[in-house]
Amino acid sequence: MNQDKPCEMILKGISGSPGICIGKAYLVDREGVNIIERYPVSSNLVPQEIDRFKNAVAKAKKEHARIIQALDEDVSETLNILETHMALFKDKMLYGKTIDTIQSEQINAEWALRKVARQVKLMFQQVDDQYLKARGNDIVQVSDKIMSYLLGARDIKIADINKRVIIVAHDLSPADASQIQLERIKGFVTDRGGKDSHTGIVAKSLKIPSVFGLARATTCINNDDILVVDGSSGIIIINPEEDTLFKYEERLARFAAYRADIERDSHLPAVTTDGVTLNLMANIELVEEVVSAKDNGAAGIGLFRTEFLYLDLERFPTEDELLVKYKELVELMNPQPVTIRTLDINGDKFNPYIDPVEEANPSLGLRAVRFCLENKDIFITQIKAILRAAAFGNINLLIPMISCVEEIIAVKAVINQAVLELDKDDKIFNKDIALGIMIEVPSAVLMADELAKQVDFFSIGTNDLIQYSMAIDRRNRRVAHLYQALNPAVLKMIKMTVTAAQNNNIELVMCGEMAGDPINVPVLMGLGLKNLSMNAASIPVIKKMVRDMDYEKAGIFAKKVLGFTTVQEITRFVLEEYKDILPYKEMED
Amino acid sequence: MVHNTVVINDLGMHARPAARIAQIAMTAESEIWLSDGNTQVDASSIIDILTLCATKGSCIHIQAKSFEDAAVVDKIKSLFDDGFGELTE
Repeated sequence: MNQDKPCEMILKGISGSPGICIGKAYLVDREGVNIIERYPVSSNLVPQEIDRFKNAVAKAKKEHARIIQALDEDVSETLNILETHMALFKDKMLYGKTIDTIQSEQINAEWALRKVARQVKLMFQQVDDQYLKARGNDIVQVSDKIMSYLLGARDIKIADINKRVIIVAHDLSPADASQIQLERIKGFVTDRGGKDSHTGIVAKSLKIPSVFGLARATTCINNDDILVVDGSSGIIIINPEEDTLFKYEERLARFAAYRADIERDSHLPAVTTDGVTLNLMANIELVEEVVSAKDNGAAGIGLFRTEFLYLDLERFPTEDELLVKYKELVELMNPQPVTIRTLDINGDKFNPYIDPVEEANPSLGLRAVRFCLENKDIFITQIKAILRAAAFGNINLLIPMISCVEEIIAVKAVINQAVLELDKDDKIFNKDIALGIMIEVPSAVLMADELAKQVDFFSIGTNDLIQYSMAIDRRNRRVAHLYQALNPAVLKMIKMTVTAAQNNNIELVMCGEMAGDPINVPVLMGLGLKNLSMNAASIPVIKKMVRDMDYEKAGIFAKKVLGFTTVQEITRFVLEEYKDILPYKEMED
Repeated sequence: MVHNTVVINDLGMHARPAARIAQIAMTAESEIWLSDGNTQVDASSIIDILTLCATKGSCIHIQAKSFEDAAVVDKIKSLFDDGFGELTE
């Protein structure tokens, strides 16, 4: 009847984190959130509001300076434009007038800025000169940048929207993700990224349904469109018909009931029907996530990613700054273990204050332990902080990206040096901590037996191991389908690592995202993995599964699995053998 | 304190020259004004300067409120004379 009524449209992407949500779309563009509200500011708060604006300008300018510095000299045209922008940030007509407007009209900085920017833009549009007309856009760009800092710096912005929304973005950088208060958001969908992209990892830990790699989400969706996000099957539905909506409302209720059910028992240990206890631990990257780890019944922190402490600052953190955070974490978890992984900087978590060395393939470049061994002062600072924190709780030290025996020998020399220096400075520390390495490079799998003789434990990092084994970039949408945890080659790698750990009698953990996906658990358990570290939110689901499984039988099952040659066969076999235990029924239909 | 000058570079007083003028004008003690005879703009604002739409050949007066800023006015004038560093010869 109504011709204007938009019709239902389904987009297929990659399942980010499970769950369903229904809500209104809220588009976030690359400059930040683009919905601007107007509200009055009482006269006594005006100076504070002006400071907030000045702060945003300062931050935007700083970021801008950084971009300029990173530019090559031969792009002088771009450089000219950017340098002009730099000057525009503090231009009287923009900066001064916005401050005047906040003061005279007693309104919020965002609204004042928009008002002023519009006036200026209009002024330029009225002139005949083409060149000057285009300058209006410069003003818009500069004010957009300031705006994004204004909105980003004010967390309650998203809370101010009285409905909870679904974020639609082209991509979310780690920095964006950490700025947005995700608990205010129902779910989110992006054009780019994959299941194990940084954004996905953050979303999963916060139990937000999400779908990635949609390619056209930001072009197909308008603000306030009704969206259904089905994170379990990786689809989104734009402007759903009433029937669809009804179906999903029902599923949503079932899913919520299921979650409540599994979370009730999440504090009890995960013991199989034949009495084998599995250690289910949490992967975290913020100290604050300890709460979620404990709530979900984690038996420890199996992986603490330390990059965030470095992303927060404008420089490298000092030993004491790191110590404060590490100490807080181990004390909160004590007596349960915390595995601290040393700095794993790569293209994914790009750090603007590290000299940007052009690398054609950052993930094959100077990252993680390679970077640390090249930058020993940064490395030793972190090692010292970890050794000192170990005096306050149970710490394991984990070194990422080891690809050969020489590297672990070099790492040990750095640890020895750290011990000597701490001794000399009379610091309180504990050098008797377990040393482990990530098994995430195929060469490390092949050398697992030799590497096992050097360390106390292995931790299989499946995210990278799968990537490097299959030679794919998991963020590349076109090859992301080859990111297969149950690929026979990946399983063989895991099997080899398990055998090496067992033969050398060292501990073995799996800390990749693979460990938190229910479909992989029977295989992993069958291969002999008893320590699994995953996103805290996945722990209750996996615990429930483990309690319904038989360890011995899983071993026999895994032997059969290793006989298959394709991922399709393996997947079908798992679904068949464990159809009563896998949680998908409850999660989806 | 007034200087008269002429825009001599091909592109006219576009954004980059405006940015350079504003940068210098901001160091002044008093206000610095530019005028094309009809419109007077604040020399410390790029945006304001741009609204003059000063193309090649335009005559511009540079004016400072205070004599103390003679040096600033001189500097701005030399920018004009120099074609904002954009002369091809």
